[in-house]
Parts: sequence; structure tokens; C-alpha cells
Amino acid sequence: MSVPEQLRYSEEHEWVAGLGGDDGIVTVGITAHAADALGEIVFLELQPGEGDAVEAGEPCGEVESTKSVSDVYSPVSGEITAINAAVVDEPKVINDDPYGEGWLFKVRITEEPGDLLDSTAYDKLIEGA
Amino acid sequence: MSAEPSPKKTPLYDVHQELGAHLVDFAGHLMPLRYASETAEHRAVRTGAGLFDLSHMGEILLTGPQSSAALDHALVGNLTPMAVGKARYTMIVAHDGGVLDDLIVYRLADQTFMVVANASNIAVVRAALAERSAGFETRVDDRSDEYALIALQGPAAEGILAARTDAPLADLKYYAILAGTVAGVDALIARTGYTGEDGFELFVSSGDAVALWRELAAADGVVPAGLSARDTLRLEAGMPLYGNELNAETNPFEAGLGRVVKLDKPADFVGRTALAAQAATPAGRRLVGLVARGRRAPRQGYRVVTSDGTPCGIVTSGAPSPTLGTPIAMAYLDSGAPETGLAVDVRGRREPVDLVALPFYKRS
Repeated sequence: MSVPEQLRYSEEHEWVAGLGGDDGIVTVGITAHAADALGEIVFLELQPGEGDAVEAGEPCGEVESTKSVSDVYSPVSGEITAINAAVVDEPKVINDDPYGEGWLFKVRITEEPGDLLDSTAYDKLIEGA
Repeated sequence: MSAEPSPKKTPLYDVHQELGAHLVDFAGHLMPLRYASETAEHRAVRTGAGLFDLSHMGEILLTGPQSSAALDHALVGNLTPMAVGKARYTMIVAHDGGVLDDLIVYRLADQTFMVVANASNIAVVRAALAERSAGFETRVDDRSDEYALIALQGPAAEGILAARTDAPLADLKYYAILAGTVAGVDALIARTGYTGEDGFELFVSSGDAVALWRELAAADGVVPAGLSARDTLRLEAGMPLYGNELNAETNPFEAGLGRVVKLDKPADFVGRTALAAQAATPAGRRLVGLVARGRRAPRQGYRVVTSDGTPCGIVTSGAPSPTLGTPIAMAYLDSGAPETGLAVDVRGRREPVDLVALPFYKRS
């Protein structure tokens, strides 16, 4: 399973796109590795709504597959600017296209993100798992 | 270094790898959890046929003139009157009536029985059978490593198998077994399963497993299916899973399986005194079916609560049901719990559920 090079990753298997952009808004999702490990995702709930604050490393939702339930963690601190209503409606999109249509939410970053991994480091993390 | 021994590979390990299976350590065996979509695998079994590797299961043979007497003493069932070629669902319990394992016992010949045990309990069952049969003329042989077990389950299973065997499948009743050749491989063909569908379980020599698998997998409409699909299939069919609905702290009556305890059989048996007392006393809890109204699945260990939030039971298995389209669960409900207004505490939130009769799914 390839790990896209342009993204950054948390140890909780979320990806972050758009770091360093002009508007300070990043997109967050679940990695293909995590989606695959969970199995078919049947339920997604994101606790904070648009305009709410999230903090890096804090749970901000739940994702449920046929086999298990996991928390979703925000990999960055900031304010939620958008939630992907399409995946809340049809969570299986996360399995089908984790790095594209399956994005979860967007955050306007208020703090410089800390310990995110680059694709090489994340690849190592999941290889060792 | 891990203290755990590395998991065993079944004779079909390389095939699973080829198919890109998600392998997990299940009861000390590397088993396919799923190949692609567990929901598609589940549906294939309900509508066509699914192919399962169940080689982790234990096969323990009893041979000798007093084999049936030994089993009648060791197990809760009455095996002596069972005809050759038949099978029974039964249990082995501790002296206090707690369930050590649920089993299928096949009578292969007048003096030969095959006891099929859950992978996690092979050692316990083998030891208990050896100890309990000590006074009987029988030999207890754990043949688990020599047998591979391949199951073909689903409404299309009979047709697929019939095209590959001379064995008279049409005459093979549910819970019966016969010896035959399937795709050139010597097999014990049993009409048993754990999916709620018609289907077959094929016990073959480990060395023949790959050839038989490939032959069956090549048939039209056959989908390899993993443990994940097997779990939702058996849950829909209301079948208990050892470790979830059954364990050493559970007696057969609260699990709704009192019918398999033959208190009136001629033989005395281990656990009889305790089970007779349990049969005469109302159980403190009972196994029930729950259907969730929302989308959240009750999971093993979640609390069942009343409308005012009082705990009144515990979930033993739960998952989104592919057939029903809603989450379903089995749970132990305390006696005296209300039948309406129930909810399951899903990670701090009360999700309403309805009490239903088991099974959730019955084939038509």
C-alpha cells in the first residue's frame, strides 16, 4: 500500500494535506492503512462541528467498521472550517478513496503542528506494525 | 522477544497469502480474517457459496469398544444411541457445570468418534477427554495437525460439491457425515456448518488441502470467506461463539442450550449434579437477541441498560448485520430486566435496542 509523499501523518494514522498553504487550512483524513485495518467502515461521527476548536492529539470523533470502533484524533490544533458530510452519509467512501473523496474535515491551523511524520517515517511505522 | 509462541500456519497459508488475505492470529493460528470485502463474503454465503479454511479447529478421535460410553461420561450429550454417520452438537462442562467447550461429535464407525473442538480449547478438551475416559476401553487421539478442514457453505454448496464427488449428497442429511472422494481427494463429508445456511464441512488430510481448496475455489460462484464473515453469519443465525456467549463461567441453561444437556441419559456424567441443580432453578440471566434502532453496533462487553440507565445485562457479540441492514447483538439479560425501553451503552451514549427472538436470520 503506497503512502502518498506529499502528505504528513500522525501516529494515530490520520493524514494531513495542505500544510504551509497560504490560507492556513489543512485537510485531514484517515490513512489507507488504517482504513484497511479497520475493515468496512459503516459509521462515522465527528464530534466538533464547523467553527469548533480541535486540539492535536485529542479525540474528535468515532469511526466504526464491521469489526471494531476507534476514535478519530485531530492531528493538528485549530478551528474546524468544514466537515465532509458526504462521508458521514456514506462512510464506505473512506475505504474506497481514503486520500481523496474520503477526507474527514478541514482545520484552520492556529498552532504550528508538532510531531507529524513524513511519508517515509509513516511507512516505517506501519511496516513495523 | 515475545513470550507468545508464533502462531501456526494452516496447510492453506500460502493460498491465503496468494489471495491477499488479511491474516490474524486467532487462537494461535494465522487465519484469514477477510480476503477483500467481508460484507461481500457474507452475502456470497447467503446467496451462493463461501469457502472457508477452518483448519484451526481441533479433531480428536476416540476409538475402541467403550468409546461411546466414555463420551457419555465426559460430555453432556447422549452419544451411545447415535447411529453411525450421524453428528450431534454437544458440550463438555466442568464439575460445576461451566462450559469448557461446545463441540460437534461425529460417529464415524461403531467404535470410532470424532470430536471437533474450538481451536482455543483443543488442549483443554484433549486433556479432559483423556482424564475422563481413563476407566474406559477407548483411545483418545488428537489428530488436529493431521486434518485440514474446509467448509463450503451456502445455497449453492450442494450443487458445486455434487459435481465433484460420487458421494450421495442428496441422501446426506443435516448433521450427518460420510466418507467419499471430492475432486480426487479422500474426505469426510459432513453436512454441518456455522453460518445458518446449508453447507458442508470437509475433513481431509493436511497434504490434500491445497488441491481441494483450489478445485472448489475455481467453481463458479464460490467466494473465499474469512473469519469476519463467519462471525457475522453465525451471529445472524443466533449461534453461540465460545469466548463470547460461552465460557467456563456460563452454564448451558442461561445460554439457552439446556436442550443439549441430557440429564435423563443412563450414564452418569461429569457436571451432572451441578447441571441438575441449575436446571431446577431459574437462571439469573438469559441469552437474548437485540436489534439496534440506530446505526451504532453494540459490541462485546457493552452494558445493556434500562430506560433510566440502570445496567441490566451485557453484550456478548454484536455487529452490523449485512442481511438485516441494522446492527444486531446477543446479550445476557438479567432476570427481571424489562423487555422494552432497553438501550445499549455505546461508549457513553444510550443507543435504543429492541429485544427480539433468536435467531435473527433463518434460511427459507
